[in-house]
Amino acid sequence: MNKNLQFITWLAVGLLGLFALSSIALNRGESINALWLITAAVCIYALAYRFYAAWIAAKVLMVDETRATPAERLDNGRDYMPTNKWVVFGHHFAAIAGPGPLVGPTLAAQFGYLPGTLWILIGAVLGGAVQDMVTLFFSTRRDGRSLGQMARDEIGVIGGTAALIGTFLIMIILIAVLGLVVVNAMKHSPWATSTVAATIPIAMFIGIYMRNIRPGRVLESSAIGVALLLLSVFAGGWIDHSQTLRVLFDHDGLPLAYAIIVYGFAAAVLPVWLLLAPRDYLSTYMKLGTIMLLAVAIIILRPEIHMPAVTQFVDGTGPIFGGKLFPFVFITIACGAISGFHALISSGTTPKLLANERDIRMIGYGAMLLESFVAIMAMIAATVLEPGVFFAINSPAGVVGKEAIDAVAKINSWGFAVTVEQMNQLAKDMGESTLFARTGGAPSLAVGMASIFGSAFGKHLLALWYHFAIMFEAIFILTTLDAGTRVGRFMLQDMLGNFNKKLGETSYTPSVILTSAIVVAGWGYFLYIGVIDPNGGVNILWPLFGIANQMLAAIALCVATAILVKSGKLKYAWVTGLPLFWLVIITSTAAYEKIMSDDVRVGFFAAANDLSTKLGAGVLPADKAAVAPQLIFNQHLDAYLTLFFVLVLWLVIADMLNVCVRNCLKKPVLPLSEVAYSATRLS
Amino acid sequence: MQLMKLMQRIKHAWHILRRLSGDDAYEQYLKHHADFHAASVDAPAVLSRKEFFKYWQESKWEGIKRCC
Repeated sequence: MNKNLQFITWLAVGLLGLFALSSIALNRGESINALWLITAAVCIYALAYRFYAAWIAAKVLMVDETRATPAERLDNGRDYMPTNKWVVFGHHFAAIAGPGPLVGPTLAAQFGYLPGTLWILIGAVLGGAVQDMVTLFFSTRRDGRSLGQMARDEIGVIGGTAALIGTFLIMIILIAVLGLVVVNAMKHSPWATSTVAATIPIAMFIGIYMRNIRPGRVLESSAIGVALLLLSVFAGGWIDHSQTLRVLFDHDGLPLAYAIIVYGFAAAVLPVWLLLAPRDYLSTYMKLGTIMLLAVAIIILRPEIHMPAVTQFVDGTGPIFGGKLFPFVFITIACGAISGFHALISSGTTPKLLANERDIRMIGYGAMLLESFVAIMAMIAATVLEPGVFFAINSPAGVVGKEAIDAVAKINSWGFAVTVEQMNQLAKDMGESTLFARTGGAPSLAVGMASIFGSAFGKHLLALWYHFAIMFEAIFILTTLDAGTRVGRFMLQDMLGNFNKKLGETSYTPSVILTSAIVVAGWGYFLYIGVIDPNGGVNILWPLFGIANQMLAAIALCVATAILVKSGKLKYAWVTGLPLFWLVIITSTAAYEKIMSDDVRVGFFAAANDLSTKLGAGVLPADKAAVAPQLIFNQHLDAYLTLFFVLVLWLVIADMLNVCVRNCLKKPVLPLSEVAYSATRLS
Repeated sequence: MQLMKLMQRIKHAWHILRRLSGDDAYEQYLKHHADFHAASVDAPAVLSRKEFFKYWQESKWEGIKRCC
């Protein structure tokens, strides 16, 4: 009886999901309700979690409840510690969910809501969540070893080195593009700039409070910090209205970029307790709180989606970034569907906390589904905007023109209605001077969130909601920036330590300053170029980040596939092999197009050649001619960087295939590095 | 009776929140120390709340803690 009931329930979930999915996929009418996207997502996640993830855990990985985890065997009360599964889930989710799933879907919405949504759902269920779960499992069976170490142990030195270099470069690109997103949100916005600036002293105050005034009272300090952050959103409004104060925070992109570079360096050399740790607390609460609020608002409000299912920009002419639907939707939405970065978390802190292997499905697979759900909400927030408004905010001036009237005419010519008055009124409602060409995704997401929150909780507060959303995005983007710079510094110190022992010491001040400066200079360069680029920079940096992130995911899946084959589970190798195969296709195609395409909006060399021809012919206006040589150099650099990423990827794949084939031919391979079984004593 | 149950639920949620945020990390440490080290002859000295927190925060930030 009970079994029958279960069967009927799951059948109903399946049918509901199918119905919701076909409604969103087949709808060609005026608009569709956002609730269908939510329904389809929740049903697909539930089915995948109940059946696919359970099957992987039982049959492919053979999760063993009786086996002691590293947290139990190596318990030291610090990093290794058996922990309640909900607590581990919270830590894991907070670590993997950054700004990526918010920005990617917003940019990919230029193709319409459908392609991005399908990729987020299918990619997460068959790719991202599988990657996170198997990496977590294999790392747990290896005392919580990192992805790089596992690659070295299981495939060979090449795989390990590739994972290390890949991680370092992806960090540089990621920080640059995130910095650019914040700069574009603050550009000539005294309200946003002053609010974001205020988060720094607030974090420092909380840091001092937590360390000296009330040591270790984390919740109390965080509550004070969150209250101060909300106050800073109000205060930003007052500053914006004061003629004398607003000029202090009204800046061009470039000075803001310099400020972020200086800040990034300071954050990397200052002790963690002063800035990084308190900022991270605040950003985590803000993130979780705002995402829950957004989910509640979408469910109460059930907004209509105004973006068409598929736009004409699938042909590669999109204003936000150039390139066809295939492969670029899969590159643009990395986090939210599959993100290689997660493999670093799944093979870092999390496996050292697991109390029992049976929690692996919920933490590895479940947390990624939740992140995917965040991406779906970002997609909803972007597509509830009128498409004309969406494109007016997100199209760079280099594509639609600097003047509002030109931009509107251009967007109208694509068939999307928007007027200058409408945009002016919107900017006024949001407390901004203009919303044209605010690329990077943060402002359009903030407008989308403000309109959703505004309708759910009161319209007269639009400007406050907008700046709250900007502050919320900025605070955890800056956390990623701080944390990423620091990680980059540690990795660099580790590498330099091979040449000079002193430089490898993490507390040796000259080494700290030198390595921090190198890392900051690395991302600072890309940030600088992004700011001076009239096409907004995001269209170059985001695909580069996507390719790098998918490459890292492919490396993680290579490691997992090699381990599966070596453990005699060749018949299940498709579980990781299939997403790997897909990632290799999309990253290789995207890289090929970014390098070889003749389209100046896609190919790096094509763009560089186009620019140098124009520069030589003297047809560029003076301001563009001044930055052209730097842009040309950068396009070349990006092309070689892309080439490097693909070569690294293929090298690891060749190495992995070699290991698999040798194993099948019964030739010697590196032995499995799994730790021997010991029974758990925990109840 | 209902109220008791509700109170218990709230208490449990509060407990989880404290554990998640690290608010009870010091109590956890004291417990770990009492369970595993206090009985041994060369037991390490118990850290004060301030000393422990300093150490805990620094060790928490070694390695990759946040991603995209």
